[in-house]
Amino acid sequence: MKSLAELEAIREKALKEINLRDNTGKTRVVVGMATCGIAAGARPVMNAFVDELNKRNVQNVNVTMTGCIGVCRLEPIAEVITADGVKTTYVKLDPEKARKIVVEHLINGRPVKEYTISEAE
Amino acid sequence: MIYRSHVLVCGGTGCTSSKSMEIIKLMNELLRENNIENEVKVIHTGCFGLCEKGPIVVVYPEGATYSRVTLEDVKEIVEEHLVKGRIVKRLLLGDKDAEDVSKALEEVGFFKHQVRIALRNCGVINPENIEEYIARDGYRALGKVLTEMTPEQVIDVMKRSGLRGRGGAGFPTGLKWEFAAKAKGDQKYVCCNADEGDPGAFMDRSILEGDPHTVLEAMAIAGYAIGANQGYIYVRAEYPIAVNRLRVAIDQAREYGLLGKNIFGTDFSFDIDLRLGAGAFVCGEETALMTSIEGKRGEPRPRPPFPANKGLWQKPTILNNVETYANIPEIILKGPEWFASIGTEKSKGTKVFAVGGKIMNTGLVEIPMGTTIRQMIYDIGGGIPNGKKFKAVQTGGPSGGCIPAHLIDTPIDYDNLIALGSMMGSGGFIVMDEDTCMVDIAKFFLEFTVDESCGKCPPCRIGTKRMYEILDRITKGQGEDGDIEKLELLAKNISSSALCGLGQTAPNPILSTLRYFRDEYEAHIYEKRCPAGVCKELLRYVIDENKCKGCSLCARKCPVNAISGEVKKPYHIDAGKCIKCGACIESCKFGAISKMA
Repeated sequence: MKSLAELEAIREKALKEINLRDNTGKTRVVVGMATCGIAAGARPVMNAFVDELNKRNVQNVNVTMTGCIGVCRLEPIAEVITADGVKTTYVKLDPEKARKIVVEHLINGRPVKEYTISEAE
Repeated sequence: MIYRSHVLVCGGTGCTSSKSMEIIKLMNELLRENNIENEVKVIHTGCFGLCEKGPIVVVYPEGATYSRVTLEDVKEIVEEHLVKGRIVKRLLLGDKDAEDVSKALEEVGFFKHQVRIALRNCGVINPENIEEYIARDGYRALGKVLTEMTPEQVIDVMKRSGLRGRGGAGFPTGLKWEFAAKAKGDQKYVCCNADEGDPGAFMDRSILEGDPHTVLEAMAIAGYAIGANQGYIYVRAEYPIAVNRLRVAIDQAREYGLLGKNIFGTDFSFDIDLRLGAGAFVCGEETALMTSIEGKRGEPRPRPPFPANKGLWQKPTILNNVETYANIPEIILKGPEWFASIGTEKSKGTKVFAVGGKIMNTGLVEIPMGTTIRQMIYDIGGGIPNGKKFKAVQTGGPSGGCIPAHLIDTPIDYDNLIALGSMMGSGGFIVMDEDTCMVDIAKFFLEFTVDESCGKCPPCRIGTKRMYEILDRITKGQGEDGDIEKLELLAKNISSSALCGLGQTAPNPILSTLRYFRDEYEAHIYEKRCPAGVCKELLRYVIDENKCKGCSLCARKCPVNAISGEVKKPYHIDAGKCIKCGACIESCKFGAISKMA
């Protein structure tokens, strides 16, 4: 170890890996992973969320799973829930849409209206 | 590699003995079967603290904490939670129906009242991965000290923090470092006392198992402060998991250049080696510990000279306990004022206790100094099992004493415990209920010191043995008038004349029980009666003639044929033959047999 900067570089890299063990004050992306969701392709959607968030170095979002949300015909479904409880429900997702939600909604703060449940209905 | 989920499984000694390593193995197999081994990572961590409910498994990012997980439960956790996202509610710790499971856990009394400084990384990181320690600000304190502070400034910070030795005696750490820094010598040493020997105490073990790097980092900081380039950790060979994780940690720290030459590009070099103790209690005493590191028989020597001037190999040496070290990186990073703001006037910060005995939540807790005994037992410990009454708590191990129920609202700190005739000690906290005989407890601890006395000085070698013999007679109903006075005289003489801390404090368990439970001693001696119903020789087993149906079951169960009678008429026990084994009480279906004190 030659300098504090070197330690800091290791710290940042390692922090990214254990970041998900801290869930205070974070936005959550909750992906429906019941039988209906998995059959409709929820797993690649969830992995796309995880991958894109990591690529773009987003630290304040955790991706978690839940069971059936109830509108099985609109799966894969994911909900974005901010730390103060504002909920946006996205439906009929695929990996591409997930990546777009990361960039538009989770980074730039603009929900992707055309993928939301209110548009689909 | 980024995973979407981390599963943390407790790898402390307690959970390991209830198969946590097999749980990890099985979980990895099932992850592969379900093709999610690249999405979910399983990690072993140090102790979460709630050993009573182990093995503990925590799933992130949800923060779902599962307790008492068996191998049979693993499949359900993988298939339900990790594949489908459905939390396995029946295994959850805390409110099972809470919206947010991680918040629900914070509401559990056991965790709610704790403040974790020394245990900050236990149960949070993988102790065998230095990068996880670095991610949690590890080695930043060392970097700060080496690049921004002088040794004098480090010592000044330690003094202002008010940190006192967590090994038991509570000597101010900054002062100890200052003595060693000022001592003249071409070579100085930094030692770590990990020879945790008090019966029922496992704080240091858990820190070493859960966060070994914090000890290494703090020792290097100490080395810089006093001008030492070599450290030794003296750890019990009976702690195989701790020893192994220390070895891994030292290797990793050397590999990353955090131990070795020119750390952080400065002139400072420091390395650490392990020395394994063979399990003698006296080797936890500082001079005996150093003698043992030197490769000689572990016996204490008179002080002065103190180790700060002449310690290991006659060179200036500091010796601090594991938990003391575990506080130091946080003090450097957050500042002495932050640390001094926690705790009481003369006892700053927190203390880790190993809570055991007659208590619901056996485990490891870290509380701010000044927390009361009542909070420890009822809010954190969950109370006494089976609706029994709280009688006393033993702190400080064989050097400490028993604090009775009427002092339950005492705030825990160094000075309060000493004033009550006990001591902080290393942090054993053994709870006793109404079924505990205080003479028997004193005898238990005395037996321990008699066994562990090294034999070098007569007051300890002979004196503790004489005290034990008197206690043994008392518990056997052969106590005599004058025994209490003899015990008091012996206690006074031993504590003023023994060579080291072991002997000087050995009478404490007797003195404190005499102080608060003298009536129990007197009942044993003058009435030949054990009020708690523990001392076998003073008990009589009797059959209640009104309840006995004459079924003869007890007579058939009695291993020494002490029970006789005629079928359908009340039986009786021949006290001369009875060995008080209790087999008859267990066999009686009518509750007709009881112990008479």
